Amino acid sequence: MKKNKIGNLYLWLVFIVLYVPIFYLITYSFNSGKYMHGWKGFSLIHYCQLWADTRMIEIVVDTLIIAFLSSVLATIIGTFGALWINFAKSQLTKNILLNFNSILLVSPDVIIGASFLIFFTAIGLSLGFLSVLLSHIAFSIPIVVLMVLPRLQEMPVTLTEAAEDLGANFWQVLNKVTLPYISSGIMAGFFMALTYSLDDFAVTFFVTGNGFSTLSVEIYSRARQGISLEINALSAIMFIVSLILVFIYYFISRNGNRKRTPGLEATK
Amino acid sequence: MKKGKLFFAVLYVLWLALFVVVPIALLLFQSLTSESGQLTLNNFVSYFSSGTYLRMTFNSIFYAFLITLITLVISYPTAYLLSQLKNRQFWLLLVILPTWINLLLKTYAFIGLLSRDGTANSFIGLFGISPQQLLFTDSSFVLVSSYIEIPFMILPIFNALNEIDRDLVQASRDLGANSWQTLWRLIIPLSMPGVKSGVQSVFIPSLSLFMITRLIGGNRVITLGTAIEELFLTTQNWHMGSTIGVILIIAMVATMVITRERKKSVLRRGGK
Repeated sequence: MKKNKIGNLYLWLVFIVLYVPIFYLITYSFNSGKYMHGWKGFSLIHYCQLWADTRMIEIVVDTLIIAFLSSVLATIIGTFGALWINFAKSQLTKNILLNFNSILLVSPDVIIGASFLIFFTAIGLSLGFLSVLLSHIAFSIPIVVLMVLPRLQEMPVTLTEAAEDLGANFWQVLNKVTLPYISSGIMAGFFMALTYSLDDFAVTFFVTGNGFSTLSVEIYSRARQGISLEINALSAIMFIVSLILVFIYYFISRNGNRKRTPGLEATK
Repeated sequence: MKKGKLFFAVLYVLWLALFVVVPIALLLFQSLTSESGQLTLNNFVSYFSSGTYLRMTFNSIFYAFLITLITLVISYPTAYLLSQLKNRQFWLLLVILPTWINLLLKTYAFIGLLSRDGTANSFIGLFGISPQQLLFTDSSFVLVSSYIEIPFMILPIFNALNEIDRDLVQASRDLGANSWQTLWRLIIPLSMPGVKSGVQSVFIPSLSLFMITRLIGGNRVITLGTAIEELFLTTQNWHMGSTIGVILIIAMVATMVITRERKKSVLRRGGK
């Protein structure tokens, strides 16, 4: 019993350490003072400042547009990629493709950023919205593939064969059988892509150029100048958004798990 | 049928070519050329003959090693204890949640916590210790990096521990092993794949985290990532930057080879 107590204490300690910085950040967003120390009283002034900061609002909107567009496009391309990899006949081809797929997942951010920067410069694309969007699509595709592929692999071949026997053509099989079956994988991939995009700093930092900025890059340049409690207010809002996203994600992946057990039911 | 498959392939293969193969090839090419565009090994020669670069590389590897070790020591017991809990999926969710918070924001929190008038200093002030310079030191860099990497270490270890067949643990106890023997001879060996993938996912990013060195380390710690960022974006020496990039890729591949899962031995040990 005693061992259990020490264990619980240790777990609590780890959780406290994990969450202290986050709640610290959020708490001070309500400080009426100017700094992240010395509590001066409750105030919403930094939220008002954030609301009035048109540059920041613009950047938040840009960041959301990039995140949404890139994850939609990455989900489409990634799902096609997973379908294609799944069609490969030999295990060897599959493994080679999967290894290539994983390169961007395991590469350090700076390598991805630097090599994309060289690439964009080589093809003469000016840095800005488009280069950031393309980069975000590019590094989100592999995670979508990895989320979709397991669902495809556990799908019984008999399902598509039955559909073909009943006269469905390739597109009908895809639309009516395959895509519904793997939809939870696709949604999970989409959400992962969304968080990858929202979370990215290093790659964006390399390919963003002068005019365009995303939230991470903006926070970085502001943090280098020192503390501004506006960033705290922003982080509190982002924490809530993350909570909502996590909730949605878990709801989706749970649904996917439940569908797995009855097997054929998902294809109705 | 054929046409459909081809349709799937086009965009994906285009992505593979344009954003995976070509950029890495261009990086390699940059590292092998001089300013005037001639093929040369000079960049590598100057890298290996420069004390500064070699020391920086050594430092970077040392810090990454330290960060990995600290996170492993903290994470293994955490993952083990989590795997014993009843509502473990819920607690695991709480471990994952901080990773969904923007990395920059978490780092930014530490600027406030560790600053000279910050909370950490007021806290140690309670014990009568005078304010210390906490920010912009090597240890603050290690602290913040470890903090950020901990969930990425806990997750794979937890997954490995969670997959261990409970019957095996039961069997080992039935055969007279005490709990330490069970832990040492059964649980730790069986969870090694998780430890390896955790090490992989902490060590490689630790080599290249450049924003933490800037914001928390105050440019005192230079990692491979910091050097690449500086060479690319400040000094605009892409050739040397690419050379260090190639070194980083080599370090990454080496890490992956060392921590590779040997499927066969796991199978044998797992007895499944």
